[in-house]
Amino acid sequence: MTDAAAAVDGEEDAPTAPPTDSGNVEEEEAAPSFLTVVTDKFFAFLLAPFVEIGMLARMLFEVIYWGFRPPYRARLMIQSMEFVGVGSIFIVSLTGLFLGAVLGLQLADGFRQFNAENQTGAVVGMAMTREIGPVFTALMVSSRAGSAITTELGSMRVSSQIDALTTMAVNPVQYLIVPRVFAGLIMVPLLTTLFVIIGMFGAYTVCVHLLGIDPGVFMDRFRWLVDWKDVLQGLIKAAVFGVTVTLVACRQGFHAKGGAAGVGAATNRSVVQNAIAILALDYLLTSIILGQV
Amino acid sequence: MAKGTTVVTGHAGAKITLTSPDEYKDEPEKDPVHIRVRDLHKSYGKHHVLKGMSFDIFRGKTNVLIGPSGSGKSVLMRQLIRLESPDSGEVLVNGVDYTKLRGRALDKKRKGMGMVFQMSALFDSMTVFDNVAFPLREHTKLSRKEIRDRVMDRLQSLGIGAAWNRSPAELSGGMQRRVAVARSLVLETEILIYDEPTTGLDPITTQTVDDLIREAESKYGVTSIVISHDMASVFRIADYVTFLYFGEIAATGPPKELLKELSGPMMEFVRASGVSVEIIEAARRGK
Ligand SMILES: Nc1ncnc2c1ncn2[C@@H]1O[C@H](COP(=O)(O)OP(=O)(O)O)[C@@H](O)[C@H]1O
Ligand SMILES: [Mg+2]
Repeated sequence: MTDAAAAVDGEEDAPTAPPTDSGNVEEEEAAPSFLTVVTDKFFAFLLAPFVEIGMLARMLFEVIYWGFRPPYRARLMIQSMEFVGVGSIFIVSLTGLFLGAVLGLQLADGFRQFNAENQTGAVVGMAMTREIGPVFTALMVSSRAGSAITTELGSMRVSSQIDALTTMAVNPVQYLIVPRVFAGLIMVPLLTTLFVIIGMFGAYTVCVHLLGIDPGVFMDRFRWLVDWKDVLQGLIKAAVFGVTVTLVACRQGFHAKGGAAGVGAATNRSVVQNAIAILALDYLLTSIILGQV
Repeated sequence: MAKGTTVVTGHAGAKITLTSPDEYKDEPEKDPVHIRVRDLHKSYGKHHVLKGMSFDIFRGKTNVLIGPSGSGKSVLMRQLIRLESPDSGEVLVNGVDYTKLRGRALDKKRKGMGMVFQMSALFDSMTVFDNVAFPLREHTKLSRKEIRDRVMDRLQSLGIGAAWNRSPAELSGGMQRRVAVARSLVLETEILIYDEPTTGLDPITTQTVDDLIREAESKYGVTSIVISHDMASVFRIADYVTFLYFGEIAATGPPKELLKELSGPMMEFVRASGVSVEIIEAARRGK
């Protein structure tokens, strides 16, 4: 124990102990035993995901509650949609193009081994609309827009700007989080559509122009296998991911603490949690949807 | 002892004299005491931070809350503006218990209370003008022109009219405080709370911020609550001082009164702050 801490520790029983000029003063407690520390840490580790899900559920509830109450801040909604949506067009298009192209390449190569390369268009199309489109778009939006949202809200939190909103009688959930989650809900499905269209264009280009697959057959097989149910499945996933990505990003930023380092750590957690959440939810949603169909 | 007052015990048996609201029951706006904090408690887990605080905040005056780091000043401030709810106790503003308010009623009262945060907490995505206009746009139906007039009036009277178009990041610390004060004053603010407004500023800027607090008070008649650990500013600006010592009140009253009976932790604090002994002695000798 440092001298300063010792002086403060004695404060309870010795009222005239001089104040220290060291930073914040923590009250000292009896050091817990090694075993308690280990078991506490272990249970905290096991419980952490549930605590986190609980916090997110609570925040989602608040977002819905405040989302339906006036004032409806149209300007903030549009700003957020522009940031989440328009701002992600470039990266989503680029990843879509390359992913479609490489899928075309791989699947054509695989199918050729049993003379089925004509099916490439169909299989790429189905994988894109159902799985790869929503998952990759959400991952891209998380790493670009999500991380930026966490950093922005985190900086606002540690510099008391969020508290300032509250003291000015403006609800910070309504002002900051509702527009961003709404933007995720609307824009991620739109971006997913873009991703799939550009991805199909990439696959088509590789298959038709590089590998010499007949363009008519490619499109015909695609139309034969991919129907509106696949599109709907993809869009539902995209909407769920859109809410998840923005909600997790907002939650991490909103509750950031500990200065600039704390904001960095929060951004980190936001991206990691989102990657896990997207893939886990993808499995969950797929099993629900396929179970029903 | 004046009529209707009670005495409670603070830190180390210190006697704290408290006024009663009964005398002004019918017209609480005329009561010289604006806020009565009564037996306020707040804990975080096992950590008991506010251990039953009672003191008065005087209307239209500069009330300084002073104490060493970690004594609970910021926590107290968070209870006063209801960023958090205390575990028990009362905060009576014009006779109304603030701690019991919820939802809309709380938001309505909040508009009468402004807060100048330690690092100013200006919205850095907005210009100075938009920062100050923000509360008006959120809470009033004023026209564009009325908003512009009101905002420019506040900015000009605080000497930052020329900076209306700049972003907060481009301003010096002292100017940022001015903008924060302008933003807090733009609604019908009655109470202005400053959390360590001069921490991290150079001595000259510190002085201008002290002047600013006085200015806001004389121009707009607000009650100022200044949280500080800067002893020098106490002598410059305080009408009333409340000394916090690790979650308790060690002394409260006008600065001269306190200096006369300096003892215990407050004595140590004043000495360590380097405020000249002559000032203290002079205060003790003369009235
Ligand atoms: N949110 C919190 N959770 C737990 N402890 C806190 C919290 N906020 C403040 N504290 C503790 O309360 C005490 C007083 O803090 P604070 O009011 O910030 O001191 P200061 O007088 O320097 O402003 C400190 O010991 C601090 O660690
Ligand atoms: Mg503080």
